[in-house]
Amino acid sequence: MDLIKDHPVLDFKHNAKVEFTFDGSKMEGFEGEPIAMALHANGVRIYRETPEMKRPRGFFCAIGKCSSCFMVVDGTPNVRTCITPLKAGMKVETQHGKGKVPLASE
Amino acid sequence: MREITTDVLVVGGGAAGLSAAAEAATAGAKVTVIESDLQLGGQLIKQTHKFFGSKDEYAGTRGYKIANILLDEIDQNKKNVEVLTNTTVTGYYIEDQMFTAMQGEEEYFRVKAKKAIVATGAQERLIPFPNNDMPGVYGAGAVQTLMNVYGVTPGKRVLMVGAGNIGLIVSYQLMQAGVEIAAIVEGASRIGGYWVHAAKVRRMGVPILLQHSILEAKGDKVVTGATICGVDDHFQPTCEQKEIDCDIICLAVGLTPTTELLFQAGCEMQFVPQLCGYVAARDRTMRTSHPDFWSAGDAMGIEEASAAMVEGRIAGHSAAASLGLPVKKENFDEYWKRLDHLRAGEVGEKIRAGIGKVMRDKWEGR
Repeated sequence: MDLIKDHPVLDFKHNAKVEFTFDGSKMEGFEGEPIAMALHANGVRIYRETPEMKRPRGFFCAIGKCSSCFMVVDGTPNVRTCITPLKAGMKVETQHGKGKVPLASE
Repeated sequence: MREITTDVLVVGGGAAGLSAAAEAATAGAKVTVIESDLQLGGQLIKQTHKFFGSKDEYAGTRGYKIANILLDEIDQNKKNVEVLTNTTVTGYYIEDQMFTAMQGEEEYFRVKAKKAIVATGAQERLIPFPNNDMPGVYGAGAVQTLMNVYGVTPGKRVLMVGAGNIGLIVSYQLMQAGVEIAAIVEGASRIGGYWVHAAKVRRMGVPILLQHSILEAKGDKVVTGATICGVDDHFQPTCEQKEIDCDIICLAVGLTPTTELLFQAGCEMQFVPQLCGYVAARDRTMRTSHPDFWSAGDAMGIEEASAAMVEGRIAGHSAAASLGLPVKKENFDEYWKRLDHLRAGEVGEKIRAGIGKVMRDKWEGR
């Protein structure tokens, strides 16, 4: 993970390290910290692809307002990854288009 | 659907919301704070610099430490305060006087509150240029969250757009995090932020290019550079162009108040350029035209955290008083003295003019 090592003012305290997957690849992050931050620390910049123009989108506002970082998390689309806490074993996927909500029967 | 009830609902747990909650809870109100982020503190927890302003608003203390002081105050009144983080207030239904909220992404519930204090803060503005949606174009607040809250390196080399206080401060914070600043571009012909912040980044060798702006973000799928250009007095590009190598384009081009709930509550709203967008009309108690809605902080006009904290105090004080709880009138006068002090002089001129447009002596029919 690409983390800040020496900071003149701040002393970062992280939670326990956990594993999760991004599009099938194994990655590490800190439990309870936002998914988007863990992805960024792992070098991931593209979080979704827009429905019409198929343009890549990453994160932008990081406060849950702009919709830019929507991803599919454990099968649920349109998750605001910048304010959704990471859990061990989470399955995080790039969202293509609007995403599909799984039906109860699926 | 689950429903919770409370005396005072505070929407937003940043500088204004925490101050409002502390004030109302101290007076004896049952307060619920709902915060969409994973932790309380709003923008305060992202600030590594020492605040200006006055001693009463912790001048000389670093922003993230001010957040801790407010959280301690909330903790001292914890029997009166319920805090829900990772929870977003999604709407207000005026016909039922009901709020809806969402815990995480899936669990919805209703909130019935006697009084509400909207302390929703602000959101980042965007300027138009080709590829401004490309991954690597980040809001200044987002960059601060990455590096100052979660300790993640935002990138290697940053082009900062905007030389207001946020652009200057975040540039300095990026250098603290070991990131290089290629340049700061500013469309206006003068630096918008405080001179001390500009001097700090200049001393570290960062060029501040006035009358310059971004023309285009470059890259295949993610940002690998930018084209910048000179702009004339009418903000039109001149023929002077330059390519910049960078993997982050950080936008610090201003904020606008977050006011959806105030609109939904039918509050009288007005566009005030000096306050950076639509804001609610208010009286001196920070009450809006809706008798059960108060608002404070950046949601009422873009200003500094110091002022947001005092406005929060006033709103919390007044909401508690409206519930019939005992509050000290002299505290109210003291808070206004502090606000007047923070807004005094030349730096406060714009804010004073803006507030003058939306300050009401009394409400019709009340």
